[in-house]
Amino acid sequence: MLRWAGAALIVAGAMTARGDDFAYQLKPTAVADGVYALIGKTENFTRDNGGNIVNTGFIVGQDGVIVIDSGPSKAYGTQQRAAIAGVTPQKVTQVYLTHAHPDHFLGNQAYADVPIAATVATNAALRQSGDALLDNLYRLVGGAMSGTQVQFGSADAAPGSVRIAGRALRLIPAAGHTAGDLMVFDEATKTLFTGDLVFFQRALTTPNADIPRWLATLDAIDKLDFKVMVPGHGPVLRDHAGVMQTRDYLQWLSGALKDAANRGLDMPEVMRLPIPERFRTLAVLQTEYSRSIAHLYPAYELETLPAARP
Amino acid sequence: MNEVAGRAAQRVARMIGAAACLLSGFAALAAERPVDPLNSPGWSTIHGRYFKDQTVVFDERVKVMAPSAAENPLDVPVQIDADGLADVEQVLVVADLNPIQKILSYEPTRALPSLSFRFKVEQSTPIRAAMRTKDGVWHVGGVWLSAAGGGCTTPSHGSADPLWQTHLNEVSGRLWPKADSNTQRLRLRVVHPMDTGLASGIPAFYIDRLVISDAQGEQIARLNTYEPISENPVLSFDLKGSGPVRITGGDIQGNKIAAEIRP
Repeated sequence: MLRWAGAALIVAGAMTARGDDFAYQLKPTAVADGVYALIGKTENFTRDNGGNIVNTGFIVGQDGVIVIDSGPSKAYGTQQRAAIAGVTPQKVTQVYLTHAHPDHFLGNQAYADVPIAATVATNAALRQSGDALLDNLYRLVGGAMSGTQVQFGSADAAPGSVRIAGRALRLIPAAGHTAGDLMVFDEATKTLFTGDLVFFQRALTTPNADIPRWLATLDAIDKLDFKVMVPGHGPVLRDHAGVMQTRDYLQWLSGALKDAANRGLDMPEVMRLPIPERFRTLAVLQTEYSRSIAHLYPAYELETLPAARP
Repeated sequence: MNEVAGRAAQRVARMIGAAACLLSGFAALAAERPVDPLNSPGWSTIHGRYFKDQTVVFDERVKVMAPSAAENPLDVPVQIDADGLADVEQVLVVADLNPIQKILSYEPTRALPSLSFRFKVEQSTPIRAAMRTKDGVWHVGGVWLSAAGGGCTTPSHGSADPLWQTHLNEVSGRLWPKADSNTQRLRLRVVHPMDTGLASGIPAFYIDRLVISDAQGEQIARLNTYEPISENPVLSFDLKGSGPVRITGGDIQGNKIAAEIRP
């Protein structure tokens, strides 16, 4: 009987091993008039979630559709495009990438016939580390990545107001989560796609973070006249709670790391420090906290180690 | 297996064990290779290379603390400690499945058997600390580290950036006195590319020794480092007593390290 069960597993495995067969079951949520979000899980990358831990979105214009981020895989991008076709007969005419992290741009292959724009820094980062990010996601996600390759953006996004498919948009370059974040603001509905400059109810990630610049960007976001906010990860917001939570966590994190370095702690000791109660509801908190220490602590500790006399 | 069969099997195993004791005698048994709690394919090689004919026990007091997954395979942080284990004379840290297994050896002459460092990992592997006490017994603890790898065969940043050439072996560091335990934490950073020799066209070039001495020149601790230690090593020691320390050492090409650190 065990042998039969094994054979059944192998067959099931073969059926799901092809990326095209990984069903993301993407369901567009209308967040404003003509504006939709595809809300991912607040998890880490796993084989089960196929890398769908990210929020992407699209805006339906008069004669075209604007897509914000293409997701973690070719299969995601393909299914995202199919989900858009289920909402509107309009064709996708523009893709914007918010930044160069693998959950946001690896669906680009599904939009090979569409202009894909990102900031200069994001396009440079894709060329420099796109393949390494891709390899890592294959390792973490496996079969759902099948057929996925890095496809670069075709243009640098010019900051400021643009009209695409009859829709007035503002492209807002920023930095902090990466060196080249891009936010997309829909003027008609005052919907702001923040990319990963805002995380909500999920611990934020810092592999390319610059915390002072990120905090300055959050202050700038607070001054924007948005009504709806689609964060990079976590539920859609209609207030400033996501900005406040992201700022609170970043301020605590930088303070905690600076304090630990001043006390002479080494990285594994810092990883074991308690995290304040108010953050414990954030998804994947401990994992992301440990990762952040690996990214950020070396700079803090160097500040505490003065040059020794020979 | 049901419970009765399980108990029967345990009983048989005990009987075989008892017979083995009688046949081989305790001295020979003591030098046998104990079963690896980490179930690593590399343990028999590690045992043969470093612990052959010596007494080895797996001891939960020997702690290896590292993240479960390597975020950066070039720079995996590890802390070892053995709270409650007295008279540790020698410490050996190895990664079973790294192409170069030996990471460091440490003599905590007048220091606690604790140390933090970072290393380069090539693939998922156990990290083990073995601590030899005065009675000659090696006490071993360890953890598995999951890693995408490539850390040992990737060129160092230094190999592409000549900055290290003008700063080679420069030391920065600081002492943090801990009055309650009459110890002091020493943290050090030394500028060095720590090339493993496994990246194409870049020969091995690494710091192989650091000695920490007191103001009278007496050794407080001695550390021998090997290829897997991360570039620009950052190390944390817990030294007994207090007061200024002198660091001396060098790399495999004869470049010297010398620094003085005051509280």
